[in-house]
Amino acid sequence: MTLEVKNLQCIRGDRELFTNLSFQLEANQLMMLEGQNGSGKTTLLRSLCGLYLQDEGDILWDGVPIHKQDENYRRELLYLGHLNGIKADLTVIENLRINAGLAGEVPTVDVLMDALDTIGLYAFEDFPTSQLSQGQKRRVALARLLISKAKLWVLDEPFVALDIAAVELLQTIIANHVDNGGMVILTTHQEVPLTSGKIKRLSLSDKSFDKDEN
Amino acid sequence: MFNAFWVLLKRDLLLALRRRSEVFTVLFFFLIVISLFPLGVGSEDATLKKIAPGVVWIAALLASTLALDRLFANDYLDGTLEQLILAPQSLSIMVFAKMLAHWLLTGLPLVLIAPLVGLFYHLPTATIGVMMLVLLLGTPVLSMIGAIAAALTLGLRGGGVLVSLLVLPLYIPILVYGSGAISTSMVEGLSIQPYILLLSAFMLLALIFSPWATASALKISLE
Repeated sequence: MTLEVKNLQCIRGDRELFTNLSFQLEANQLMMLEGQNGSGKTTLLRSLCGLYLQDEGDILWDGVPIHKQDENYRRELLYLGHLNGIKADLTVIENLRINAGLAGEVPTVDVLMDALDTIGLYAFEDFPTSQLSQGQKRRVALARLLISKAKLWVLDEPFVALDIAAVELLQTIIANHVDNGGMVILTTHQEVPLTSGKIKRLSLSDKSFDKDEN
Repeated sequence: MFNAFWVLLKRDLLLALRRRSEVFTVLFFFLIVISLFPLGVGSEDATLKKIAPGVVWIAALLASTLALDRLFANDYLDGTLEQLILAPQSLSIMVFAKMLAHWLLTGLPLVLIAPLVGLFYHLPTATIGVMMLVLLLGTPVLSMIGAIAAALTLGLRGGGVLVSLLVLPLYIPILVYGSGAISTSMVEGLSIQPYILLLSAFMLLALIFSPWATASALKISLE
C-alpha cells in the first residue's frame, strides 16, 4: 500500500504552484504539508483526491495511476476539506449515517453512537446540525474518521475551529490511525505527536521562493 | 452499488420533507401561471381548449427551471458534493439518484395536479388522461436535461438565470411534441401514438446520456 507522487506539476492561471514534486507515502506514515498561504497546499491535496487534475506528472496508488482505478482508490480514501460536508437540515446522526452510507458502509447505531460519544457530541445526536456551533459542526465532520475504514486520510486544516480538548482528541485519532497501519497527509500548523510510525515533512514554500527569485 | 443510490435518494427526499416550502413553491408557481391565462386571454370554452396544451407545457417548463438551480447548488456550498464525487461509487448513478429525487419533488406533483388544470380549461376526460401521460413522459426529460445545465453553471454568479437561458431552448422538442399530443387527442380520429413514441424516445435518450454528461460537468465545475 503506497501513495506515490511523481514529478507533479500544477499551474493555476499563469502561476506555477509547484513543479517536479515527488514523494512517497507508505503505511504507518504521517505527512505534514507545510507552506505559506497560497503556496498550493489545498491544490495538492485536491489533486491527490482526483478532484483537481494535475497538469503534469503521476499520482500512483499501489503503482497504478489513481484516475485509472476510480472506485478502488476512492474506497481507500477519506478527504476532509475546508467544507464540512454535512447538511444543515439533517440531524447529527442522520448526517453521520448518510455520509457513511455514501462511502459504501452500513454502520450500526451502536457504532454511530460510539463515534459521537468519542468525538464529544453525546446527547446531540438528534440536534439539527444547523443549531450547532462552528466547532461542533467540525466535530460532526471529524466523526467520519472514527467510522471510516479508509486507509488514506487526506485532511485539509483539520484543526480549524476546534477547541483545545478537541485538538488533543484529533491528535490521538490521527496517531491511532497511523499506528494501525494507516497513512495520513495533512496541512496544519499544529504538531501531531505520534506514538509510533514516521513523520514526513514536505514544504511547498521553498519552491515558490525559488520561483520568485528567478 | 445501489446502496449509495438509495441512501442519496432518501437523503434528498428527507431534505425536501424538512423544507416543504421549496416543493410547494414550484407547484403553486405552476398553478398560478396556469390560472393567469384564462384571465388574460378570455374564458370562452373554445379559446381555453385551444390554448390549454401550450399553456400547460409552458407552465411546466418554467416551473421545472425554477427548481433547477437548487439541484446541486446546496450540495456544492456545504461540501457534500465533493464528498459525493469522492464516494467509491459511480458518480453517474449518484447523479441519477439526484435527478430522480428532483423529478419526484418537482415533476411528479405537476403530473398529479394535471386533472385540476383540465377542470380549469374544460378539457374532456380522455384529454386529461393524455395530458397526464405526456407529462409523465416529458417531465423526467426536463429534469434530466436541466441537471446537465445546472451542473455546468454550478458556482457561477447569476447561475440561476443562466440555467434558464441554457435549458429553455433545449426544452423545445418536449414542448412541441408534448402539447401536440394533447391537441391531437381533442381531434376525432387522429392517433397520438407518434407523439407518445417520440416522447418515450426522448426519455430513453436522456436516461442514457444525461447522468453521464451531468457527472462529467460536475467534475469540471468542481475543479
